[in-house]
Amino acid sequence: MAFLEVNGLSKSYGQTAVLRGITFSIEKGDVLAIIGSSGSGKTTLLRCLNSLVTADSGTIAVNGEVLMDAAAPAPSEAELRRRRLHFGLVFQQFNLFPQYTVMQNLTLAPTLALKEELRALPRAERHAERERRTAQINARAEALLRRVGLENRRDAYPCQLSGGQQQRVAIARALGMDPDVLCFDEPTSALDPELTGEVLRVIRGLKGADSTMVVVTHEMEFARSVADVVIFMADGVIAEMGTPEELFGNPKTPQLKHFLSKAEEDV
Amino acid sequence: MFWTVTLELLRGFAKTLELFALTLAFSLPFGLIISFGSRSKFLPLRWFCRFVVWVIRGTPLMLQLIVVFYVPGMVGMWARNQEVSNWFITWLASWQVIDRFVAAVIAFIINYACYFSEIFRGGIESVSVGQYEAGQVLGMTKRDIFFRVTLLQVVKNILPPMSNEIITLVKDTSLARTISVLEIIWCADNLTKQQGILWPPFYAGVFFLVFTGALTVIFRQCENRLNRWQ
Repeated sequence: MAFLEVNGLSKSYGQTAVLRGITFSIEKGDVLAIIGSSGSGKTTLLRCLNSLVTADSGTIAVNGEVLMDAAAPAPSEAELRRRRLHFGLVFQQFNLFPQYTVMQNLTLAPTLALKEELRALPRAERHAERERRTAQINARAEALLRRVGLENRRDAYPCQLSGGQQQRVAIARALGMDPDVLCFDEPTSALDPELTGEVLRVIRGLKGADSTMVVVTHEMEFARSVADVVIFMADGVIAEMGTPEELFGNPKTPQLKHFLSKAEEDV
Repeated sequence: MFWTVTLELLRGFAKTLELFALTLAFSLPFGLIISFGSRSKFLPLRWFCRFVVWVIRGTPLMLQLIVVFYVPGMVGMWARNQEVSNWFITWLASWQVIDRFVAAVIAFIINYACYFSEIFRGGIESVSVGQYEAGQVLGMTKRDIFFRVTLLQVVKNILPPMSNEIITLVKDTSLARTISVLEIIWCADNLTKQQGILWPPFYAGVFFLVFTGALTVIFRQCENRLNRWQ
């Protein structure tokens, strides 16, 4: 059984079918790149994985646990939150919390989760446990900042950072929740060309450290060099799927040939 | 003479401040509730809230003061004169004229809650959807997302219109004299009539200027604090 399994995922908005039976699976540690022209359903697929969008039909399973089954009754709010944590998401627009410093952006969600956990403990043990775990959360955040090369900006506000730095903070923030699968929604599309490199380098650096990643991207060179598997989407279906060599070296469908030639023109 | 007038005006201004503080303390949370109602997915509730806001914002505050003060007494009087008697009429007959100050506070709270609700609604809608989504994918509860992520951004966005509205409230309190609440303008007017001196109303204006001036400084400082981040 594969690590991430998506089966027959479909989603329509009114009359428009955005996803039409998406089925694929990847192994632990794989980097999956999803390419395709805008409107092909790439982003909707990512949002389905993160439960920001509820699919009309299909299932999603990670590590054998079914996290979404459109046929089953809707999960409770708490259950939905628990399932979401299997996936992380890095947004195109970063979506850092502007009123918090870099460090606070990283520690907010873990601290709130800790608060919820502490409620289950006997009152007497809470204080010591809180101290211990808060120190852990801070140490973890520091380590993540070092990993994305921003340890010296820990007290800056997002508005004081460049777009590339903001996106690196967003990546660190997503990593902080230890997702099984980390998703990127066009992580460099909102950046100036000279800033995309630093973000792509960070993503590249995550590969191998047993983090499974799904990256929706327009950076063909990045997809070719980093991905283990590439999916080409067109009109809500997977038109082609395979290794980067297969897709970029020997595109079979006319849509992909057309897409790749257009992408080359743009460079 | 100057001290007598000052003391008399201070007494009136204490009433003004009391009305101001009570209105602010209740209309802010009440306005937040109405703003949730007018964004509700439950359509009857949304329509009801928007209807109420339309009526309250669309009629003069002076008229609302008169309605809140006189209508309960009128209804009670009418009910006591009815031939028929059932539990509803009996209940209506128990309505009494309410205290002037209480009536003023109720009218002000309703009126300002509606204005504040529209400011809140605009503020909540101005926070990008991405902020909610970022909170969601980090596993935060809806409650935490509202209180820990969006609320401060809403506050930042609504501070300028809010300070404007609050300063208007300071001056609007003088409308309470319509139903003879003994606030500062009523006192100043009374001094003019009784003592035959013209300057107390102008002196009352100084009280307003000093108070709104202080509020302006406070709001400016809040804005500066929130401007540390974008």
